[in-house]
Amino acid sequence: MIELAGVHKAFGANRVLRGVDLRVEQGSSMVVIGGSGTGKSVLLKCILGLVTPEAGSIRVAGEAANRASREAFLARFGMLFQGGALFDSLPVWQNVAFRLLRGAMKRPAAEARDIAVEKLRRVGLQPEVAELYPAELSGGMQKRVGLARAIAAAPQIIFFDEPTTGLDPIMAGVINELIREIVVEMGATAVTITHDMRSVRAIADHVAMLHDGVIRWTGTVTQMDATPDPYVHQFVNGLGHGPIAAVR
Amino acid sequence: MSLATPLAHLGQLVLGMLAAAGRVAIFALDAVAHLLRPPFYLREFLHAVLQIGWLSLPVVGLTALFTGAALALQIYAGGARFSAESVVPSIVAIGMARELGPVLGGLMVAARVASSIAAEIGTMKVTEQIDALVTLSTHPTKYLTVPRVLAATLTVPVLVAVGDSIGIMGGWLVGITRLDFNSATYIKNTVDFLEFWDVGSGLVKGAAFGFIVAVMGCYHGMHSGRGAQGVGAATKSAVVGASVLILAANYLLTEVFFSA
Repeated sequence: MIELAGVHKAFGANRVLRGVDLRVEQGSSMVVIGGSGTGKSVLLKCILGLVTPEAGSIRVAGEAANRASREAFLARFGMLFQGGALFDSLPVWQNVAFRLLRGAMKRPAAEARDIAVEKLRRVGLQPEVAELYPAELSGGMQKRVGLARAIAAAPQIIFFDEPTTGLDPIMAGVINELIREIVVEMGATAVTITHDMRSVRAIADHVAMLHDGVIRWTGTVTQMDATPDPYVHQFVNGLGHGPIAAVR
Repeated sequence: MSLATPLAHLGQLVLGMLAAAGRVAIFALDAVAHLLRPPFYLREFLHAVLQIGWLSLPVVGLTALFTGAALALQIYAGGARFSAESVVPSIVAIGMARELGPVLGGLMVAARVASSIAAEIGTMKVTEQIDALVTLSTHPTKYLTVPRVLAATLTVPVLVAVGDSIGIMGGWLVGITRLDFNSATYIKNTVDFLEFWDVGSGLVKGAAFGFIVAVMGCYHGMHSGRGAQGVGAATKSAVVGASVLILAANYLLTEVFFSA
């Protein structure tokens, strides 16, 4: 379970998070929605310790994130980055097996490669892709490789940062389905940030809306469609008029 | 405008420079601290040795060759004013080993390597590859900075040694083809006058310059701004910073090694 209470983060005068409270149950899939620049990515980075919040507490499985052993803490997580964030200098299989080739989870290279090829197959990529470099892949393939890397070490918690951004609708649908299947199959806790409502409906057990630095609303997908909250209604239906300024 | 305004600007500038120097120093100390603690990434270190050391050989060699040749011509012309043409071999050797080999080698490596490191790490930063490293339980300083700093510190002295040899050879080539020196006499004068510390001090300088180049490249890459402009600015700052620090460090080391 992930619990955030009163998390604040500012960059200079820009107060991005102004007291975020959020609870993600173990094994559930939470999708955080919100406009561009509302701090969704910062929220994930605060949980991972990539950004240090000024105030508030973050607990993962009951343990304070800032007190846990860093390596053991991060070993629980897998993350799919918006742009893939694949390492250009390494072939695909070494990207996928990165964690298995060094550190506490290190395994023999042949075994790590076999796991990488298996994970690539799981995300719908042929074994031949393993020897290619990231620059040789299309955007959709890079997302799949990023997904394979996120699940390679069987993490308990997986973060997905804008998983369908930049993909055509068919590929976006494929990635959404893969994410849902994998999260269910692994029994992992998932947190996805997106403004793609198709992703929300495909992936989410629960939805939270981040606006003005706080979680404005939480509920299920069914509740999201029925809520009278004007902010959620405007965002979900993509309306130009409403309480959220169209030009920010 | 009161007198206080320009003074305030000057003060802010000085404080800003001191703060930047402090940040670089802390970054360098952090890299050294990580250098002494496992895990060690041998593959990344060997890759850095290849990139920084081996692939810099052509540019360092050519720079040294032409510098040694020009130096021989200059010393011959200058020495002729007081009938001291015979000092060409010894002065070329001492000049290359003590000063020109390490300084020009260091500057060429700064141009080639600091820029490449800053651009590579800066691009990794803006494409979230460094964040990805962290989420994969890998410390960016250990994985990216330490191998490059260690490789540069160890390989630049080797480049300096090669550059010294090629530079002296450049002087010898000019000496025997253009200045009517006897080949055997030129070599004998070079060997007789060159002392161990002439070469040793240059190699120590090379190690210091290599350290500076890699630290500046990594520091500016890790602190790169967003987008292509941010990476470009980081690359420029790395080369300029490394070059200025090399020249400043060269003076300080020369003062330490050779002041009376």
